[in-house]
Amino acid sequence: MHELAICNALIEQIEAVAAKQCLTNVARIIIRIGPLSGVEPPLLARAFPLVAAGTIGSDAELEIRTGTVQVRCLTCDCQSETTANKLNCNKCGSWQTQLVSGDELILERLEFYSPPRQNSGGLMQCVKPADVQ
Amino acid sequence: MCETCGCSIGNNTEHNHHKSAEVHRTEHLAVSVMGKLLSANDEVAAHNREHLDQKHVLAINLMSSPGAGKTALLEATIDALSNEFQIAVIEGDLETENDAERIRAKGVPAIQICTGSACHLDAHLIHDALHELDLNELDILFIENVGNLVCPAAFDLGQHRNVVMLSVPEGDDKPAKYPVMFRAADLVLISKIDLLEVLDDFDLYVATQHLRNLSNTAEIIPVSARNTDTLTRWVNWLRRERSLQQQRREFVVSRQLAAPPPTP
Ligand SMILES: Nc1nc2c(ncn2[C@@H]2O[C@H](COP(=O)(O)OP(=O)(O)O)[C@@H](O)[C@H]2O)c(=O)[nH]1
Ligand SMILES: [Mg+2]
Ligand SMILES: [Zn+2]
Ligand SMILES: [Zn+2]
Ligand SMILES: [Zn+2]
Repeated sequence: MHELAICNALIEQIEAVAAKQCLTNVARIIIRIGPLSGVEPPLLARAFPLVAAGTIGSDAELEIRTGTVQVRCLTCDCQSETTANKLNCNKCGSWQTQLVSGDELILERLEFYSPPRQNSGGLMQCVKPADVQ
Repeated sequence: MCETCGCSIGNNTEHNHHKSAEVHRTEHLAVSVMGKLLSANDEVAAHNREHLDQKHVLAINLMSSPGAGKTALLEATIDALSNEFQIAVIEGDLETENDAERIRAKGVPAIQICTGSACHLDAHLIHDALHELDLNELDILFIENVGNLVCPAAFDLGQHRNVVMLSVPEGDDKPAKYPVMFRAADLVLISKIDLLEVLDDFDLYVATQHLRNLSNTAEIIPVSARNTDTLTRWVNWLRRERSLQQQRREFVVSRQLAAPPPTP
């Protein structure tokens, strides 16, 4: 189950983003998993709560977007939608194609609950201990 | 998606799905990231590749399902090439615990990675193993990945080439069933071809078609670890890759020499 390893990487990346923005509570996580990424969305969805428990993502809803496989034909230069194990051009049948999309394994977007107390909205200035003294 | 705040609650463009912008602000802050999920692994993989390139070591990531014959082929390959090249093996496959012992019995250093129940190797595990090897004394490094046609494909290790092995008993349709793995192959080995006589429903042409359907132009080489005569093309492929790796290295060095000295 390398989906556990993927979830670990996801949580680490979220922690890094959150630390940079001084945010602590993730509401929604949007990731893109292409059909040619080697990751199974249902397995990932099942692994996520196990890994997220006790982390910054424990209350978050995970949205997995899958997308389609698209190739560009090197013979007739058109772009077409194909399946993961038949990447031939839809128009002319040539197998000399280039993958345009389908192998994504990307963290697209995060939505955080705002920190409870705030000045006037927007992202709060991050106050580091060093700035305080 | 809401165009005011970028949040995806509701699918209208008007910002009326929250009572007010103020309420909204206390609900969500959206941050666009667009980062590769495995970027941490990719960074370590790039670092591994630097280690290997510095010492002009060619690294081969050997992947297959369990029992396809990875260790047997490595043993036969060592027999064929140990007079020519310094070889080492990183063993990540726990299906047979004595794989590293089998390699060491050939007089070649082997590092056994304990993956526990992991289904793949990652760049961190390889990095640790690299630091256990003397790369100065090395020409070719084989990484025997965990026997699995799914998971290892997602993780870059820092290798120069992916070699995917498909054994005759597994059937010729495997490239269509495991497209992610076979799409990543720089070379496909069809192993146990001595069994073609008895398993005559394996069609090399069909396997090739499935691979081409993945838009993969990789060479396909049939081998049998039981017959050294069948290893010639595979061994020549390794020789060619090894000399390409040396050329890469010389190119880098010559560029460094040509570059002006760094300003202090
Ligand atoms: N007939 C035949 N059997 C092989 C060949 N290569 C390996 N085997 C057998 O396949 C089994 C698994 O081999 P092994 O090298 O351990 O596979 P690995 O799990 O991929 O490393 C062993 O019983 C080997 O003897 C081959 O070329 N021909
Ligand atoms: Mg083995
Ligand atoms: Zn896995
Ligand atoms: Zn075409
Ligand atoms: Zn290092």
